Amino acid sequence: MLTDSSQAGSGPTNPHRNLDADAFTLRRRPPSEKLLDLGFRQLTLVLASVVAIVLLGIFITVFQGAREAMASFGLSFLTISSWDPVNEQYGAFTAIYGTLVTSILSLAIAIPLGVGTAIFITEDLIPSSVREGIGLMVELLAAIPSVVLGLWAIFVMGPAIRPVLNWLHELLGWSPFFDTAPQGPGMAPAILILVVMVLPIITAISRDALNQVPIELRQGAYGVGTTRWGAIFSVILPAAISSITGGVMLALGRAMGETMAVTMIIGNSFNFSFSLLAPGNTIASMLANQFGEADGIQVSALMYAALILMVLTFTVNVAAQWIVRRLSLRY
Amino acid sequence: MANPSPITYDNTALFDRRPLRYDPWLTRNLRNLLFTGIASIFAAIAVLPLVLVLFYVLMQGGRLISVGLFTQLPPDIGMEGGGIGNAIIGTLLVTLIASLIAIPVGVGGGIFLSEYSSGGWFANFVSFGNDVLAGVPSIIAGVFVYGTVVTTRVFFGQSYSAMAGGIALAVLMLPTVIKTTYEGLKLVPQELRWGAYGVGASKFVTVMRITLPSAFTPIATGVVLAIARAAGETAPLIFTALFSSFWPDGVFDPIATMSVLIFNFAIMPYQAQNELAWAASFVLVMMILAANLLARWIARMTKV
Repeated sequence: MLTDSSQAGSGPTNPHRNLDADAFTLRRRPPSEKLLDLGFRQLTLVLASVVAIVLLGIFITVFQGAREAMASFGLSFLTISSWDPVNEQYGAFTAIYGTLVTSILSLAIAIPLGVGTAIFITEDLIPSSVREGIGLMVELLAAIPSVVLGLWAIFVMGPAIRPVLNWLHELLGWSPFFDTAPQGPGMAPAILILVVMVLPIITAISRDALNQVPIELRQGAYGVGTTRWGAIFSVILPAAISSITGGVMLALGRAMGETMAVTMIIGNSFNFSFSLLAPGNTIASMLANQFGEADGIQVSALMYAALILMVLTFTVNVAAQWIVRRLSLRY
Repeated sequence: MANPSPITYDNTALFDRRPLRYDPWLTRNLRNLLFTGIASIFAAIAVLPLVLVLFYVLMQGGRLISVGLFTQLPPDIGMEGGGIGNAIIGTLLVTLIASLIAIPVGVGGGIFLSEYSSGGWFANFVSFGNDVLAGVPSIIAGVFVYGTVVTTRVFFGQSYSAMAGGIALAVLMLPTVIKTTYEGLKLVPQELRWGAYGVGASKFVTVMRITLPSAFTPIATGVVLAIARAAGETAPLIFTALFSSFWPDGVFDPIATMSVLIFNFAIMPYQAQNELAWAASFVLVMMILAANLLARWIARMTKV
């Protein structure tokens, strides 16, 4: 453009004279540049496929490792609760029960807390600086390593909740879920520490979901004369429910796979008990405790348990994605 | 107006039954207040654990901070004093190995998903796989690396090693890095790319000089958060990097990390070890919180 106009102004000659001159010749891209372009594309393709390779590698490694135990224990592995390295008899029922009970009960506590907190920091009940402060603190809670939470649970939370657990035992001792006297470690403290760990996930996802509800829906609800909580319960929460449910499912997957804090506080007992006050076990904590020292078929049995854990978390995570996609906002 | 409207509305029938005044004793208003109270209590409960954990980590760990903590080895069983110098170096080293693997692979994978794939089956599979990988429990990453690196002894016949621990952490970091790169690149306006093509840039030059730098902020934020998360991970290190009571001896030997040290020392019945666990928690939490604030600062810096 520049050269063109300056040339055109310099003389009365044909102003289009320079169009096919040097400045505007199409430069052929040298082969090296093309090669670089193609090479970079292939490189990113290879790097992207690392994800697929790692994922398949995880499945194959765990499946291969579990084959020996699958052959010798079969499906009874899921229902037998004895874990006996001396007689080489292995069953993961205690750990599976522990995994399901701790994760589901912790979610039952964390869902109202997390969604309530999310509502509190998305509504304009208090100044926005305070709300942002609470949001920041919940996010920082997610950043605390689980092993530090475990340490805190052993030395601070465990002793602190002991009286409450004793009281529960006295009050509800007739039911199989509270019929053992609380010792130091147990399922109940593990559930509480899981609540602390999944709370930030549920809060963060619920907050994003609530923030994305269009303002018009809220204004419409106020316009027909409802109160704040009328709007929340009948308009805003239903509009955000798909994302919240997805977030809850992700939190469930996280709770099932959570290892360190649970291992440190659950007691790692293989004696099956319904009681929440008794020591228990989860698949993840069993792996953390035994994998380093196991050999022979015990490794295979642990791999089998790892496979069960993978299938559980995989199912939950895929269900989470499906829910978010399937039930996405429709108004 | 001189000409009043002949039509008059009888408003009384509609409106005079209820005064338009806020009546705090109406059921709906009481219920409103009740739920607001419940939500604020829930928010207070949600903040409580962070306050308590930070308080105890600062109190129990902070009072143990000394020069020796950073320069000495953990004491033998039954001995007093000592430090966590080897574990601090170990955490930095293992996290560095993980970052050196996960960041190039993750950024490259994110570039592929955002810039080169046009929603084919492979891209869909990779991005689905990425979400699945993000949900894989961290202990499973440890099992995977144990099975592929530790037992096969691929690194010069060494079984447990800092390298194996780094790879396990990289497996956990990878999904986050890919996701943040992909989402960061998606935010870059299409006009920037067209502008680059328009002045004759090749695709490679466009990505390297235009698209990637424009998305620097979200990518850097995500990467810093991923590193912080990896530094605190314990489960994948227990049976990959293992532990060591000595100074690090190269990347192909077992290595101490702060997170494994906290785990090992917390469950020991010795006070000296328990105290070192608190001290290590203090150092680790400070590092991770600093990284989180750094990430926030990066995000804010370029927003203005």
